[in-house]
Amino acid sequence: MTRYDARLKPDNRSINLSGGEKPMRSILPLAVAALVTASAVPALAEEPGTGATLIHLAYSIDTFYFLMSGALVMWMAAGFAMLEAGLVRSRNTVEILTKNIALYSVACIMYMFVGYNIMYGGGPNGFLPGFGFLLGPDNGVGDVLGSAGEIYYSTIADFFFQVVFVATAMSIVSGAVAERMKLWSFLAFAVVMTGFIYPVEGYWKWGGGFLDSLGFLDFAGSGVVHLCGASAALAGVLLLGARKGKYAGGRVHAIPGANLPLATLGTFILWLGWFGFNGGSELKISNIEEANAVAMVFVNTNMAAAGGLVAALLLARAWFGKADLTMALNGALAGLVAITAEPLTPTPLVATVVGAIGGLLVVLSIVFIDKARVDDPVGAISVHGVVGIWGLIAVAFTNPEGSLLAQLTGIGVIFAWVFGASIVVWAVIKAVMGIRVSEEEELAGVDIAECGLEAYPEFTTNK
Amino acid sequence: MKKIESIIKPFKLDDLKSALHDLGVQGMTVVEVKGFGRQKGHTEIYRGAEYVVDFIPKIKVETVVADDLVDQVVETIMNTVRTGKIEDGKIFVLPVEKVCRIRTGETDNDAL
Repeated sequence: MTRYDARLKPDNRSINLSGGEKPMRSILPLAVAALVTASAVPALAEEPGTGATLIHLAYSIDTFYFLMSGALVMWMAAGFAMLEAGLVRSRNTVEILTKNIALYSVACIMYMFVGYNIMYGGGPNGFLPGFGFLLGPDNGVGDVLGSAGEIYYSTIADFFFQVVFVATAMSIVSGAVAERMKLWSFLAFAVVMTGFIYPVEGYWKWGGGFLDSLGFLDFAGSGVVHLCGASAALAGVLLLGARKGKYAGGRVHAIPGANLPLATLGTFILWLGWFGFNGGSELKISNIEEANAVAMVFVNTNMAAAGGLVAALLLARAWFGKADLTMALNGALAGLVAITAEPLTPTPLVATVVGAIGGLLVVLSIVFIDKARVDDPVGAISVHGVVGIWGLIAVAFTNPEGSLLAQLTGIGVIFAWVFGASIVVWAVIKAVMGIRVSEEEELAGVDIAECGLEAYPEFTTNK
Repeated sequence: MKKIESIIKPFKLDDLKSALHDLGVQGMTVVEVKGFGRQKGHTEIYRGAEYVVDFIPKIKVETVVADDLVDQVVETIMNTVRTGKIEDGKIFVLPVEKVCRIRTGETDNDAL
């Protein structure tokens, strides 16, 4: 069952608890004892089969934790949808919503069909992933009881938890290419990204591939998920070009978002979902050490977001003279991305600082990328790419087991693979079906051009 | 009869409505509008890039009054909505040829 432990091994935490000689048997009763009343414990302990019952219970708790964490991460898709809908112009609202909910669905299907097997199927070597279709059966009761704690949660729950991550990576792309990319070209890219590009680099790290062996650390995916999404987005934006008028006359023009309440709601939703994203990536909660670790991950995740928001808000106020809400929102997300690579080992104060540095970086990066004429309407490349890199580098300083060289290698490999593969795929799609809507369609808004709908229809009559 | 169109700051609407009501003005129509005058809006920064808010939100209040009330109404509007700062707005007075009350068919001053 190394397949399902791959995400545990690299960071070398949970495995210490579950990887020894039958450790689960001795640890599980402790965890479950906390759940029952003190008086019930002696009675329970004398019943025959108590050990098996406790394994049943621990398996249920860990599986339940996985499923609920996955559900929280699923909700992040709503966060991205609201954030992006808020930061585009109103005439492009329906289309960005369509992209967001459709990409989520495409990601789920592709990852079930082939992606999960590529990522976690084990491969001939650390570079080449395996290949297979659909999902296998779940664990049998006898297998779990006889595994000495090696198998401790449902493999189907594991699939569910992983599939929402690939959707997150793809969500990052939609914001960067918003307001000008063809809907169906985007979804065609989503098929390749979620079925192939993401799972391959995922295999290299969480599937037990060569990045894992190198000692590259990425707790919940600053690199595997966020840098990956941003790299694909950057490739797409470079081939796509800027929105009409964004850099007209050689100057950088602001294109204010249509609905900042939606963008703020989206950020709150992402913030909430991130507790599943990082908290769930601890992969286990059914004993005291693991429960404490999950608590620490929650607190650090929250602190980093808060640090990122405050830092970005202060920098925007100092630099631009006013409190730019959209920068503050990006700052919170930057804090979250930054801590995602290592939310367990830092103290809450250090986590706040890691997030705050992310918040400062994201403001600088958004302005710099804009000046470089790379049009990213929601700041996705800065939030997930630039700050994702920062988060991975920070691991070398916040985790005693981190190695700067391994982190930099991981960053280089993930960026090179995802950017390179993506730019080829985008180029093929561009040649075959085009990736950009016509100028007239862009000026009229892609809502009508691509979806035949308006977000807020007025003055319509029956035909 | 004259139509008096006042472009005012939105937060002055309630005060103006009361003041005109006290004068005996029977009705008015209000439109949310955007526009600019001599100072041409203001400059803001969004995500590090400057942009100009040319068209400032305003309220246009339209009311039609009998000729003998015109000067008094214009004076009241000015006194009510004036803050002394830029963007206080403008008042336009236009001649009106005919007025009809749809329900009764009354015309002109009877219809006001």
